[in-house]
Amino acid sequence: MEKKTIVIGVIGADVHAVGNQILYHAFSDAGFNVVNLGVMVSQEEFINAAIETNADAILVSSLYGQGELDCRGLREKCDEAGLDHILLYVGGNIVIGKQPFEEVEQRFRAMGFDRSYPPGTPPEVDIADLKKDLHIED
Amino acid sequence: MKPVLLIDFGSTYTKVTAVDVDAPRLLGTANSYTTVQTDINNGLADALSRLEARTGKLDYSERYACSSAAGGLRMLASGLVPELTAEAAKTASLGAGAKVLKTYAFKLTEDDAEEIKALSPDIFLLVGGTDGGNSDCITHNARVLKEIGGSWPIILAGNRNAARECERILEGREVHICENVMPKFGTLNIEPTQREIREVFLNNIVKAKGLTKASELISGIMMPTPSAVMAAMKLLAEGTKAQKGMGDLIAVDVGGATTDVYSVAEGLPDDPRTALRGLPEPYIKRTVEGDIGMRYSIRGIIEAAGLERVAETAGLAPERLSRIVDTFAENTDMLPCDDETQRADEALASWAVRVAVTRHAGRLEEIFGLGGLKLVQTGKNLVNVDKFIVTGGSLIHTEHTRDIASYGFYDEEEPESLKPKQCDVLVDRSYIIAAMGLLSKNYPDAALTILKEELKTETR
Ligand code: B12
Repeated sequence: MEKKTIVIGVIGADVHAVGNQILYHAFSDAGFNVVNLGVMVSQEEFINAAIETNADAILVSSLYGQGELDCRGLREKCDEAGLDHILLYVGGNIVIGKQPFEEVEQRFRAMGFDRSYPPGTPPEVDIADLKKDLHIED
Repeated sequence: MKPVLLIDFGSTYTKVTAVDVDAPRLLGTANSYTTVQTDINNGLADALSRLEARTGKLDYSERYACSSAAGGLRMLASGLVPELTAEAAKTASLGAGAKVLKTYAFKLTEDDAEEIKALSPDIFLLVGGTDGGNSDCITHNARVLKEIGGSWPIILAGNRNAARECERILEGREVHICENVMPKFGTLNIEPTQREIREVFLNNIVKAKGLTKASELISGIMMPTPSAVMAAMKLLAEGTKAQKGMGDLIAVDVGGATTDVYSVAEGLPDDPRTALRGLPEPYIKRTVEGDIGMRYSIRGIIEAAGLERVAETAGLAPERLSRIVDTFAENTDMLPCDDETQRADEALASWAVRVAVTRHAGRLEEIFGLGGLKLVQTGKNLVNVDKFIVTGGSLIHTEHTRDIASYGFYDEEEPESLKPKQCDVLVDRSYIIAAMGLLSKNYPDAALTILKEELKTETR
C-alpha cells in the first residue's frame, strides 16, 4: 500500500527537540513517510510543507506552554490553503501547568484539532489513532 | 602563441576578446553593435576588424561564444507553493543563466494563460510537488499549457509520480522530463534541470535567435552569458589543481535594465546553534533584480531606496536628482556629462548595489522567546566573504568604484542583513569576466591567470 505522508514539527518559538525526534522515528518505523520540520516551526511552514507533499495529517508539538496561542488559526489557514479536511493532531505539554485535560481537549477541538494528547502520551497511542483515522489496517 | 577568440553577443554590444592560452594573457578586446535583426555576423565582423587593428592579425585556434542577444534566454516557470517549488524553479532557471520573466505559483489561472501566451517564452519550466506529493497542481498546469498551444519547449521537473501523466497531457509538445527540483521536502536538486536548460538552449534557442550563422565559426561551447559569468566566478573562487582560488566571493553586475548578483559561498551561519529557515541555498547563487538598473529600470532604484536618500548620497537637491533620473530614463544611451549627472549616476549605482546585494544576502532574525534569545537565518550568510567583484558601466567608468561597491557591505544600522563585512573590491575594467568563463571550460588555468591579472583591486 502507498505510504501515508505526515508533517511533524514543534510550533512557535519552542525549542524542545527531543520529543520531536522520538516522534520522527516512531512514525517512520510505523510505516509513515514523515516530513520533519524540526523545532521553531511557523503555521505557514506546516501548511506549505503539507501542500507540496500532499500530506494526510499534520502533527503539531508544543512543549513550552504557549501551545494554545501558537495553534490558534491553524485550521482556518489550512482551509484557506485548500488543505480540506487534513487531520490535525496536537501533543506535548500543550497548556501551562496542570489543567483538566477534558477541558483542554475541548478547547483544541473548538480550534479545529481532530485529536489532542496530554503530556507523556506514548507514541503507540497516537500511531494507533492515526492508523484508525486514515483507515490503515495493520 | 596559441590565440583563442571569445565572443559575447550582448543585447546591445558584441564584445570580442583575444587571449593567448600558451603564455596566458589578454591580447586585446573590442566591441561593436549586435546585429541580430539582420545578420549577427555583421556586428561580429565589425568587432573583429576593430580587434585586429589592436592586436594585429591573429590565427585563432579556437573560438567560443556566449549570448544574451535577442532578449537572452527568456524563461517562465511555475511551481506550487511560492516559497518552495516555485522558488526552486526560479533559482534553477536563474542559475542556468536565464532571464526569468515571471514565476507562477499554485494553479495557473485564465489570466496567467493569456499572459503566458503573450510572453511566449523560450522555455517553460513546469514543476510542483515533492516526489509522491501533490500532483493536482502540476497536472492542472500541464493542461493549461496544452490549451495555450505554442511551440516552446517545456521542461518538466516536478513530482515524479505525475511526470508521465503530464507528458501524456502535453502530447505533441516538446517535453523534457527531468528529476524533481525538490524531490524531498526542503531539499533542492536543481543541477539536472540546469543541464537540461543548457541543452535546450544549445539545440533550439541558438537557432531560433539567429545565432546559427555565427555558430558555424564557433568551435563548440555556446552558452547564455550569465552562465559564462557564473563559470568564471566559480573558477576564481575555487581555483584549479595548479592554482589557488580566491575563496568565497560576491560579484555584482549593474546593468541598464537589471542588476545581477552572484555569490560563491556556502553561506552557513557563524553560530552553529542558529536555526536555518527556508530552502537550502545553492553554493553558486545568482539573483537578478529586474527593477534595479541604471537606465531602463532607474526609477526602480528610486522606488526601492527613496529619492531623499539617493539625493543625499549624490549631494543634490531631490528635485534636481528627480529631473536627472527622468532624463536618464528617457535617454537610455546617455552617459554622465557633467559634475551633477556624474554624482547622480554614482549615487544611483551605489543604491542599486545596496538594494540588489541586500535582496541577495540572507537575513538573521533574533527571536526573543521563552527561555531567551534564538537566532534564525534565512538565505545565505555572506558576512565573511572578503572578495567583492564589480562590473557594469557605471562602476567601471569612475574613480569611486570602491565607494560605490561599499554600499553592498554590512551595515551596522541593518545588522540583520548578512552582507560582507570587509572586502577587497575587484573591478572588471576590461570587461572580460564572461569571456574568461567561456575560456574556463577548456583552459581553466589560462582563464584563471588572466582573471587574476585583469581584475584590479581598488584601493581607497
Ligand atoms: C529538556 C527540557 C528543556 C530543554 C530543551 C532542550 C532541547 N533542545 O530539547 C531547555 C533547557 C532548552 C528547555 C527550555 C525551556 N523549557 Co523546558 N523542559 C525540558 C524537559 C525537562 C524535558 C523535555 C523533554 O525532552 N522530554 C522528553 C520527550 C521525549 O518528551 P516530550 O517532549 O514530552 O515528547 C513526547 C510526548 O509529549 C509526545 N508528544 C510531543 N509532541 C506531540 C505531538 C503530538 C501530535 C503527539 C500525538 C504526541 C506528542 O510524544 C513525545 C515522544 O514520546 C521538560 C520537562 C519534562 N520532563 O517533560 C521541560 C518543560 C517542557 N520545559 C518547560 C519550560 C517552561 C521551559 C522554558 C520556558 C523555561 C524557561 N523559562 O526558560 C524554556 C523554553 C524554551 C523554548 N523557547 O522552547 C516546561 C513547560 C511547562 C508547560 N508547558 O506548562 C516543562 C514541562 C518543565 C516544567 N515542568 O515546568 N527545556
